[in-house]
Amino acid sequence: MSGHSTYQPQSAFMKWMERRLPIASLVHSSFVAYPTPRNLNYWWTFGGILSFMLAVQIVTGIVLAMHYTPHVDFAFKSVEHIMRNVNYGWLLRYLHANGGSMFFLAAYIHMFRGLYYGSYKEPREVLWILGVILLLLMIVTGFMGYVLPWGQMSFWAATVITNLFSAIPGVGEAVVGWLWGGYAVGNPTLNRFYSLHYLLPFVIVGVVVLHVWALHVVGQNNPTGIEPKSDKDTVAFTPYATAKDSFLIAVFCILLAWFVFYMPNYLAHPDNYIPANPAVTPTHIVPEWYYLPFYAILRAVPDKLLGVIALAASIAILAFVPWLDTSKVRSARYRPLYRQFFWVFALVCVGLGWLGAKPAEGGYVIAARILTTYYFAHFLIILPLLGRYEKTKPLPNSISESVLKGKGAAAAIAILAVALGILTGISTRASAAEAEHPPRQKWSFSGPFGYYDRAQLQRGFKIYREVCQSCHSLELLSFRNLAEPGGPGFSVAQAAAVAAEYMIKDIDDQGNATERAGRPADSFPKPFANDQAARAANNGAVPPDFSVIAKARTYERGFPWFVFDMFTQFQEQGPDYIVAVMKGYGEKPASMTMPEGMQYNSYFPGNAIAMPQPLQDGQVTYDDGAPATIDQYSKDIAAFLMWAAEPHMEARKRIGFQVMIFLIVLSGLLYFTKKKVWTDVHGHA
Amino acid sequence: MATMSSAEPTRRDFLYIATGVVAATGALAATWPLISQMNPDASTIAAGAPIEVDLSPIAEGQVIKVFWRSKPIFIGHRNKKEIDAARAVDWHTLPDPQPDQKRVKEGHDQWLVLIGICTHLGCIPIAHQGEYDGFFCPCHGSQYDTSGRIRRGPAPLNLELPPYEFVTDNKIKIG
Repeated sequence: MSGHSTYQPQSAFMKWMERRLPIASLVHSSFVAYPTPRNLNYWWTFGGILSFMLAVQIVTGIVLAMHYTPHVDFAFKSVEHIMRNVNYGWLLRYLHANGGSMFFLAAYIHMFRGLYYGSYKEPREVLWILGVILLLLMIVTGFMGYVLPWGQMSFWAATVITNLFSAIPGVGEAVVGWLWGGYAVGNPTLNRFYSLHYLLPFVIVGVVVLHVWALHVVGQNNPTGIEPKSDKDTVAFTPYATAKDSFLIAVFCILLAWFVFYMPNYLAHPDNYIPANPAVTPTHIVPEWYYLPFYAILRAVPDKLLGVIALAASIAILAFVPWLDTSKVRSARYRPLYRQFFWVFALVCVGLGWLGAKPAEGGYVIAARILTTYYFAHFLIILPLLGRYEKTKPLPNSISESVLKGKGAAAAIAILAVALGILTGISTRASAAEAEHPPRQKWSFSGPFGYYDRAQLQRGFKIYREVCQSCHSLELLSFRNLAEPGGPGFSVAQAAAVAAEYMIKDIDDQGNATERAGRPADSFPKPFANDQAARAANNGAVPPDFSVIAKARTYERGFPWFVFDMFTQFQEQGPDYIVAVMKGYGEKPASMTMPEGMQYNSYFPGNAIAMPQPLQDGQVTYDDGAPATIDQYSKDIAAFLMWAAEPHMEARKRIGFQVMIFLIVLSGLLYFTKKKVWTDVHGHA
Repeated sequence: MATMSSAEPTRRDFLYIATGVVAATGALAATWPLISQMNPDASTIAAGAPIEVDLSPIAEGQVIKVFWRSKPIFIGHRNKKEIDAARAVDWHTLPDPQPDQKRVKEGHDQWLVLIGICTHLGCIPIAHQGEYDGFFCPCHGSQYDTSGRIRRGPAPLNLELPPYEFVTDNKIKIG
């Protein structure tokens, strides 16, 4: 792609090939001999990280598509099928879901690096614009992917985002109709989103090729922002850049593995473990953390059309940065004022992200308006004026003259880490604001070496059968699961015996509806024939299915706990909440009016629960000597439900530990390899 | 690299080799989940459990189809003529030599239980057709006799027998 073709084919075959399809010399000139500035710092490795993440997303995505069913009746179940039944399905899905988050994280770092060092300036405008197009494609792809599991957040994200287009005057309604393929978001929507979610990554690959091509035409920018003047200013891509990129990719994998293996649902929304329900909108709908700043801009504007325009403009304006920034000097290193404004802008983006996760009311709206105004002012006022009035520092004569210094990098990493923490934590921990915080329990399955207590799971199962089962289904579980590794540890014969105690609806040879004894492959039968029957029998409220309820329930952790959670791997909000609700019944405060038939519960959101207190002391007899108290019962049922929601957790944490050890060893080796490779360069500098 | 051209492996070479080996091992290990996920999943395997079939409604001369592990199982209630035809032939001369006695359960000579998939390329043969009045595969013309043995055509082997046993005289368990 660049003009340097120093490749000399050695073998007769390669000579033969070179005259017909010079692919070897293309690769050689682009990824081996290609000269890269010698002073690139680690912020320049994110291009490589992004390519790697794109490959990870495509590979895991293709595999997930082999097991996923894009139909409103099966999408949620097929995702759970992947999580439960497909070999390593949980790993592939968690890689894909968290990989999306990490992909955006890397893209944002890559962009801020470009903004800091002026990588968009002449002659790199097209390179930059291609990057903005890639961001847009990523946003669209990520959104459509988020719809596919067809949980509550999927459905309502699809509804809200497609409704944005209805703001377009004249054609808005028609466009929304094309997106939906129906009167509302439904099966046709899911099908077309699936089709496009499969297509767009390959479009991204195409634009990435253009992006890399454009890069190799104009060459990389560097921390000084001045062009390489001689061969002394550059080193060959291989081995220098490859060694450096490989090291950082391995380090980035550690971050990815941390989430995938130890807190795979931290970056996601618990509400998305509730199947899509077109009749009920979740009380707090928030996009994924990486869309929050844009979401805040949308909500900051009190007018529908103008809000949508502001949202679109907040992304589109990036494409004009090469012309809005009028400074001749590229790198913020030599722009003392711009450097300060850059960090203010970065904090404004984080602030917008924080506001995007907050309810759109009161002071939050005012703050969002101020920050939105600043966001646009940064591009439209500050950048043009700075170029005119800023007194820049003198530039070095050449890259080799400038001295490589890593100062500021550590501070920047710290700021970004905190920013990510605030964004993610706030976005995910937003519900049940009015209820008390459930007390924290001790769980055998918490932490990196957590495991399920078999006896506890068996006791919990006993409670499910004797108490919960009459109203709550456990649809996604089969009897055979009881005997699978990492579960309650029943033998195959015991699981079959449990199955045989249930009656399963079937059809006999004459076509008549009949009932037969359950088999290990059967799933737990539902207590009610349908939702209407369930509602009628339960004071108007459908008792929720229990299969993933331990992941679908949470409470707000609040600042700064959600930041600490990322490091302590605390993710047992679900079981803590279940225990709290079991024990949270009591007398209602005098001031509260209780709807008829409802009970007061201090931990249930809204404090009015339709279910009467289910567990009482002495209600269930344990065979293993565990105390027959409500305390013990609640902990046991919560542990059982945690296993039901996450049956492969033990395998996940075990494999996670192996992967972590491997990645740390690999990163260490790659670091020393990189150091060896670079000794010559630094030695002669 | 020019600096790496010494004949003796140096400490630097060792580092490069070790890094390469570790990275390659990791890449190889990472492909395992991608391959393993293509195996039948746990629910599919569990659904392949044995099935029981009541034979009493099957009339003499009738062949019924049931499904076990997504495969059609032919259960034929043979009449005397069919049994005699299967046993009259000198089985040593057949393409896939096997006596009829080996293809049914002793004492249940009238019950023929076969996997109804042509051993040529997997089509489903039609019962009571073909020159031997056994099974005829419409795809490429393989002819099976009343014991499900290949007699003529491109199929190389007799129709396969599923694992099954008689629970009672009138009930079999397949699988």
